[in-house]
Amino acid sequence: MAAQASGSFLSTLLAGAAPGGARQWLKQLRANALERANALSAPTTRDEDWRFTDLTPLYRLALHAPGESGAVDVEAHRIAEAGSRLVFVNGAFREDLSEGIGGSGLEVVRLRGEFADAAWLSAHLGQIAAFAQDAFVAANTAAMSDAVAVRVPRGVTIDKPLHCLFLNTEANAVSHPRLLVVAESGSDMLFVEDHIGTVDGAYCANAVVEIAVAENAEVRHVRLQREGKAAYHIGTSAASVARDGRYRCWSVAMGARLSRHNANVRQDGEGTHFEMDGLALLGTRQLADTHSFIDHARAHGTSRQMHKCVVADGAHAVFNGRILVREGAQQTNSTQESRNLLLSDKARVDTKPQLEIFADDVKCAHGATVGQLEAEEVFYLRSRGLAEPEARNLLTYAFAADMVVRIPVPSVVRALQARIIERTGGPEIP
Amino acid sequence: MTKPDSPVLLDVRGLHASVAGVPILKGIDFTVRAGEVHAIMGPNGSGKSTFSKVLAGHPAYEVSAGSATFQGGDLLALEAEERARAGFFLSFQYPIEVPGVANAQFLRLAYNTVQGARGKDELDPLEFDDFVREKMKLLEMDPAFLDRSVNAGFSGGEKKRNEILQMALLEPSLAFLDETDSGLDIDALRIVAHGVNQLRNDRNAVVLVTHYQRLLNYITPDFVHVMDGGRLVKTGGKELALELEARGYDWIQKQAA
Repeated sequence: MAAQASGSFLSTLLAGAAPGGARQWLKQLRANALERANALSAPTTRDEDWRFTDLTPLYRLALHAPGESGAVDVEAHRIAEAGSRLVFVNGAFREDLSEGIGGSGLEVVRLRGEFADAAWLSAHLGQIAAFAQDAFVAANTAAMSDAVAVRVPRGVTIDKPLHCLFLNTEANAVSHPRLLVVAESGSDMLFVEDHIGTVDGAYCANAVVEIAVAENAEVRHVRLQREGKAAYHIGTSAASVARDGRYRCWSVAMGARLSRHNANVRQDGEGTHFEMDGLALLGTRQLADTHSFIDHARAHGTSRQMHKCVVADGAHAVFNGRILVREGAQQTNSTQESRNLLLSDKARVDTKPQLEIFADDVKCAHGATVGQLEAEEVFYLRSRGLAEPEARNLLTYAFAADMVVRIPVPSVVRALQARIIERTGGPEIP
Repeated sequence: MTKPDSPVLLDVRGLHASVAGVPILKGIDFTVRAGEVHAIMGPNGSGKSTFSKVLAGHPAYEVSAGSATFQGGDLLALEAEERARAGFFLSFQYPIEVPGVANAQFLRLAYNTVQGARGKDELDPLEFDDFVREKMKLLEMDPAFLDRSVNAGFSGGEKKRNEILQMALLEPSLAFLDETDSGLDIDALRIVAHGVNQLRNDRNAVVLVTHYQRLLNYITPDFVHVMDGGRLVKTGGKELALELEARGYDWIQKQAA
């Protein structure tokens, strides 16, 4: 039954995905992906990677390719600090709503029709987010008819954030937004990957973002998942980091009925540094599943990861943090922490650190905690005059806000703090 | 100065308390009058910290007998937050870190909550900023501590200064300082002691709960009490602290036995 349902689901997912593209390499890439998408079956809870995340309700949806999106108001979603903005509506790039690219120092290529081809495009697109074993990435790669690629030229620092806004406005639509970010050697940039739903009905967003960080470059990646309340969000972000490169990611999942984020980082040279901070803030019957994979393939890599889940009502959070230290990746220094706060008896979290170490001279530490607020913490705040519910709300707020205040975009911090206050009844922000 | 004629702030009679069914306090009598400084000393595990926490209303401790009267009212009938609002303050041995909440935000929330409960004016963020910066000078604290998360990444000395800053803001009539001197270098100790001395007046009182005599060189106690086995087994003047420093606790334990 499930296999049948998921088989037909893949064809639904691929609705309207004719192999195409003017450039031969792109045509070939999409054809290869289509072949894989057809060969793979859609995942079920019998797959180890999807044990806790049942996609059956998604497979039951009658999805179709999105129609023309027409007029869309994006003003409400503006990020004040951003110097440039790329807007996608239901997966399609909207040049008319995008702004600030000229003069930003960024090169942006829309891979549609007779685009200006360049070596950096074919060298990276489809090469970082592997689709051989992942039905959703394969479907996205096969279906991408409107991918956008961003290049930060060698040695260039982009001072202001790039806001990549992925809006979903249509119920029952399935979209496949696709973005490639290439930071050339010695460059520095920050981008905000921002998924927002403006429709209450169900839809499916299957997003893939690839990030190539060249030698000694730095990419900071803020990922916000604020999809609509009935949405299904499947997202992959995959980064490949060359020698001495730095990749930092702050990821917040607070929307969608069901969401999955695959966060993959691969070390392609020595001396790289990764930081990954994640927060899932869940209530009602939401499910958010984060699968991260940090691949220390070379020596002298460092990584630090903190993932927190705040789970209320009958919500469910899943975290699987895989860290692979390959043979030869000596002097790797890696820490991972998973901290989870359950706010109700029906809330659930499944957390699993997964360390695989094949080098002998490494430092790796990981830990996971699942619990409620500490009595000592509550007492401390009560001893300063706060009533017990106030003390509990403040600590719950703090648990989540601690992840948010690290995000280097102040207006995003403030917006998220306000959302956390709504969810936790935390303090007024002065 | 002992103040035999000043009003009694705290009067504890026959206090027994236990945690998880284990008796810790076994009959404490203790009286503090306005304007006084008391020191409670004693070996580890004697019940000093428990005594502070019981009086502050820690819910893990169960009072099985005795009474504590604070400014004429029944202290033990109050919730922890009500005790704070009524003017009881506990400086924690290990202050809690609250990453994600700016210190200024926390301090203002505590200040305004207590002010509101006392029927006094609350301060908006700008007014509070001026007010708290004034108080921080007393403790030679860098205003940068306002923007940092509550106690997160603070050194031991910085945490204790932040505790005394809270004391300065909340203006308690009775402050228990639990091991405020432990782990402080001499400069930090001087600053903290100076802050406490500045906050003292003839309407409030301070109880220093400490393992070491060193703090008492900077804050002179009127009474020194020795706690052992959950009881106050000896009371003397400040010279008792010096004797304890020189001779340890054994001789008192023998005397008491």
